[in-house]
Amino acid sequence: MRSLKRFGAIAGACLLILAGCNGAEETSTGSDPQGDMARGAELIAAKGCGTCHEIPGIDGATGRVGPPLDHVGERMFIAGMLDNTPENMRTWLMDPQAVVPGNAMPDTGLDQEEADQVAAYLRSLR
Amino acid sequence: MTLSIAKSIMAKAISGWRQVGQRAGLAVAGLALGTHAASAQTPMYYLETFGPKGEITASLTWGLLAISVFVVVLMSVLVLVAIFRAKRLEPAELGSKLPVSHPGGGHRWIYLGLALTTAALIVMVVWTMEVLAEIDEPAVEPAFTIEVTGEQWWWEARYVDPDDPSRTFVTANELHIPVGEPVRIRLASADVIHSFWVPALAGKTDVIPGQINETWLQADRKGVYRGQCAEYCGVQHAHMAMRVFADPAEEFRSWWEHQLEPADTIPEDDELLRVGQEQFVLKCGACHAVRGTLAGGEAGPDLTHFMDRTTIAAVTLPNTPGHLSGWIADPQHQKPGNKMPNLDLSGPELNAIRHYLETLD
Repeated sequence: MRSLKRFGAIAGACLLILAGCNGAEETSTGSDPQGDMARGAELIAAKGCGTCHEIPGIDGATGRVGPPLDHVGERMFIAGMLDNTPENMRTWLMDPQAVVPGNAMPDTGLDQEEADQVAAYLRSLR
Repeated sequence: MTLSIAKSIMAKAISGWRQVGQRAGLAVAGLALGTHAASAQTPMYYLETFGPKGEITASLTWGLLAISVFVVVLMSVLVLVAIFRAKRLEPAELGSKLPVSHPGGGHRWIYLGLALTTAALIVMVVWTMEVLAEIDEPAVEPAFTIEVTGEQWWWEARYVDPDDPSRTFVTANELHIPVGEPVRIRLASADVIHSFWVPALAGKTDVIPGQINETWLQADRKGVYRGQCAEYCGVQHAHMAMRVFADPAEEFRSWWEHQLEPADTIPEDDELLRVGQEQFVLKCGACHAVRGTLAGGEAGPDLTHFMDRTTIAAVTLPNTPGHLSGWIADPQHQKPGNKMPNLDLSGPELNAIRHYLETLD
């Protein structure tokens, strides 16, 4: 009986540890798609993407400088250069001048996590 | 004598009520403004003020508001009492009696009403006059003057040191003032009638073409106060705002020193910045000045220390690379009708000009 209890306690502790690991993994890989998208939308507004682009779901994003971003999640290319994959979108958002030197889009100072969040929002525009 | 006693009693009664009102008002304003409150630290809220000029005006505002509310409540109660106390005519009386009669004796109410109204109006007029007299001039003579020119649709600000003309400089849309010191504002217009209004610090002063109006500001708390053109002046009137930064005196003096400096020279070997500056002088320099370069235009804001500003286009957009790019590329979409034209820029030119502007700190 006592050994059963001890087994139970150890098993419980292991489960807790596993759960903890799992939780840590979740936040680092960003498997909170809703939260990422919401944060991405905030970043898009704060960085002024809408001054140049028309972006569904972002207040005042009516820009006519760059391409409209409706259905951007379904488009084949980014900037006519890269395949539209999450990794490429991150690269493009973080340093557009490296992808197409001299193009009109500025480096808006997004870090990797932020770029992924913006990409998550853009991917949802289908 | 009786007037001043009445006024002081009223002022005391109001001060308690005012605090409650302020809290309620702030809560309502916070709810209504929501996210905007975060970006503009002090929204266009004039019931809470931060300086001697604002304080005394806000007291008057609350006082007049309290009197007005009291009068509305009193009149409503009297009307309701009259309605419910009115005698209904019996059916038998119909035809023989008028529905409204004058049994006499009502004159006393009229005299009382007239007396109360006259007394209240006299208190209000005297109080208002006193406040106007008190805010006319600051307690001490301001150490310097900012000559503010209202233009469609932005504010030019020329800081004038009365003792040393060489310490004059020009900036735009974002004023800096030292905390706790009065600053004189001399107002001129370049085109139509505008009105200079920083509600948390002072009331409005009209900005009239062909006439110099003077006012003064004092902020007793460090902070950013939003100002706004308060006289309709054309399609972009709503986008003719300003920010007033009240900084500690030391910080303010070093800001002034910094503003006097010309723009930094760009490094010889930076091709992108060289092109950026060249393109800026060529395409923007006819309207905008960057002291220390060939760009010397006076039609638009002086951009010598552009990166010191937190906003662009008279507080229309935050000063970030994203907003700035969109603004330079398509100002007519962001602020239709404004004097900045859409230029014939290529992508690389836009990129280079933006890079150059980002060095103007």
